[in-house]
Amino acid sequence: MGHLENLKGTAKAVDFAKQNGIYIVLFALIGFFSFASENFLVSHNLMNVARQVSMLGIAAVGFAFVLLLGGIDLSVGSVITLVNVVCGWFMVNAGMNPVLAIFITLTMATLIGFANGWIIANIEMPPLIVTLAMMIIIEGVAFLISKGLPIYGFPDSFAVIGQGYLGPIPIPVVIMIVILAIGAFILNKTYFGRYFYAVGGNEEAAKLSGIKVKNVKYLVYSLSGFFAGVAGIVILSRTNSATVTAGKMLELEILTACVLGGVSVTGGVGRISNVIAGVLILGVLSNGMVLMNVTEFTQMVIKGSVLLIAVAFDCLQHRKAS
Amino acid sequence: MNILELKNITKKYPGVIALNDVSIEFVQGEAHALVGENGAGKSTLIKSCTGAVKPNDGSIVIDGEVFTSLTPQISEAHGIGVIYQEFNLVGELSVAENIFLGRAIRKGLVINKKAMAREAAAIFEQFNIDIDPNELVSNLTVGYQQLVEIAKALSQKARILIMDEPSAPLTSAEAERLYQVVEKLKAKGVTVIYISHRMEEIFRLTDRITVLRDGQKIATVKTSETNMDDLVKLMVGRELKETYPQRKACISDEVLIEVKNLSGNGVNDISFEIRKGEVLGFAGLIGAGRTETAELLFGAAKRTGGSVRLHGKEVHPKTPRDAIDSGIALVPEDRKGKGALLDMTIRSNTSMAVLERISNFFTIDLKEEKRLAEEYKQSIRIKTPSVEQKIKNLSGGNQQKVIIARWLASKPELVIFDEPTRGIDVGAKSEIYTLVNSLVEAGKSVLMISSEMEEVMGMSDRIVVLCDGKISGSLDRKDFNQETIMNFASQK
Repeated sequence: MGHLENLKGTAKAVDFAKQNGIYIVLFALIGFFSFASENFLVSHNLMNVARQVSMLGIAAVGFAFVLLLGGIDLSVGSVITLVNVVCGWFMVNAGMNPVLAIFITLTMATLIGFANGWIIANIEMPPLIVTLAMMIIIEGVAFLISKGLPIYGFPDSFAVIGQGYLGPIPIPVVIMIVILAIGAFILNKTYFGRYFYAVGGNEEAAKLSGIKVKNVKYLVYSLSGFFAGVAGIVILSRTNSATVTAGKMLELEILTACVLGGVSVTGGVGRISNVIAGVLILGVLSNGMVLMNVTEFTQMVIKGSVLLIAVAFDCLQHRKAS
Repeated sequence: MNILELKNITKKYPGVIALNDVSIEFVQGEAHALVGENGAGKSTLIKSCTGAVKPNDGSIVIDGEVFTSLTPQISEAHGIGVIYQEFNLVGELSVAENIFLGRAIRKGLVINKKAMAREAAAIFEQFNIDIDPNELVSNLTVGYQQLVEIAKALSQKARILIMDEPSAPLTSAEAERLYQVVEKLKAKGVTVIYISHRMEEIFRLTDRITVLRDGQKIATVKTSETNMDDLVKLMVGRELKETYPQRKACISDEVLIEVKNLSGNGVNDISFEIRKGEVLGFAGLIGAGRTETAELLFGAAKRTGGSVRLHGKEVHPKTPRDAIDSGIALVPEDRKGKGALLDMTIRSNTSMAVLERISNFFTIDLKEEKRLAEEYKQSIRIKTPSVEQKIKNLSGGNQQKVIIARWLASKPELVIFDEPTRGIDVGAKSEIYTLVNSLVEAGKSVLMISSEMEEVMGMSDRIVVLCDGKISGSLDRKDFNQETIMNFASQK
């Protein structure tokens, strides 16, 4: 009988490793950089890593929702750029109150997401194409507004968002934690969060269970736009200057973080708790590589490889299951 | 001369014997009909001939050459061609290009379109078919596409042509043209194996008929020496062998649902009513419009005409949500494709249709959800250690029970079961029958769609038979009779 108990224990351990394996990777990476660089495992650097990944973590929540649905949102990087330019323009060129500027900009970001969702749900176009086109359009609009030039000289109060502290913790990190918590709450506790899994897992079954699939799509893409917008505001405040490169290629980093965190690219599977690990892995990797003087281009090679490996792992899991 | 002989073919799948010691001989130049109910083994038989399925036992003799099993390549090389119900054509290529797909006539590296068009035209001419070989296949009607398939098989030197319900998608003019082609094929010495449910065309076209039932060959008869009644008797002539659980008399006088002249989604002018405590069976062949009617009732397809009254009140569900809210539930036919959320737990699957009812301020009452799942796990005996188990880890029968639990949780007045026992084991089947009984005993109404004759007769209080999107007959329990139902179902 002890044997059976042992077996059960082993099975549980395997399950645990499968579900939380990504944390093992994270700690291994932290261990590696701690040995490789003496500047890595010090408190101010770790706080640095947390602040660097905060934008990623914020946008990853919306992106994870989209992936759960079986979709993709390539426009988030451009939305971040546009949010930078528009919010900067409102505050500097129109002299608008920062709170109002943020409110209008976030509404805009949400509406862009809604537009993506509307097209995908009603015209039934592939999300990849819809959001790719949206990405290009938005980037063009950002250029048109800013004429390609940086916008700067924001009110001092605006800087708090990106540069302030709550006790020892940078405000961006606080915002990230709040948004991750909201994301986890939506997925674990609300009925519409449950619908994300259902629609992503089996759209036909979801529809026949009385779920209004179109509404779910509107909601998810709107949330993706909104969270990208929040990330954009944080970046703008942190850098104190709106540039047309603010969100360049961020969609791919966000995608990598989500897939690393075990969100399946085929929809229906994923948890916020693991997305956090995916986000941290990317942050640790970037930070560690900088400390080790790895060049920018080598970093690209490594980050691209990480994305490839993460997706390959996901697809292999799927093949095994079927 | 026998061109093709099947000798003692047996094919077993886990839990089912699809073909049991079947021997049939096909003579060169004959049209030979294969008939039998859904699930009689016709498809498996075709697949054995085309190499898609390897029999467990027996042999296949083509022109005297003996094989224990075929591959698609061997089958094609020996002149066996098949016209499936789904065509293997590329819409964006021309007729000629489709006929020579993968075997294009070439001049060096360049495809010789002219030569292909010429050869295609030659084939069509033999059969008096008027098709332009340069036309795109997507511009042709279904009837002409089918003729392209036939031409394709002939260009591959097919001597045995298997046709799987070829007239099903055709208009009557198109079917007429098909019959003429079949006659010409016979005249040219091609053997046609003709699978059909339509009695009229079987008697018109074929020389001999083989009847399959439950995976066994019942008889091969000369068409000229039999008639429709005898044939139907051969097809269904079996005693009801399964026993169905008894239920108390529970039919009330009160009509729950009254459907009048319902149309849309491929069905026309459907009228019936179901009383409280009554099981109405929907019988018919695959594609007769039973599932389509269910989708209309459930708001999953668009209604173009007619009315539905529930408790005497007009209802017009435009979405499944509307239907659920007015008390209708649908346990769908395709469990994996339309029912199960495989990556989710039994708990989530059970609550899926009522999540909003058990939520406050968007937040799911997780305790209530768990209680619900446990309740149904107990009451319909879902075999699982925990409701937190993902349902992909359950057996087919238990998955089906979880889907049924989802629908019972919505507290419906009418439950539509579409092929509720397909692909599940005998034990789970009888549990589902008991469940249906307890539903009607509690005053609910059940609409049960089933292609299994025994099941629909064993479980229903009345049966409505559909054929070609219309109701072709209706029987009370005292008049239940396999032959009558089969006749209604294959009416043309």
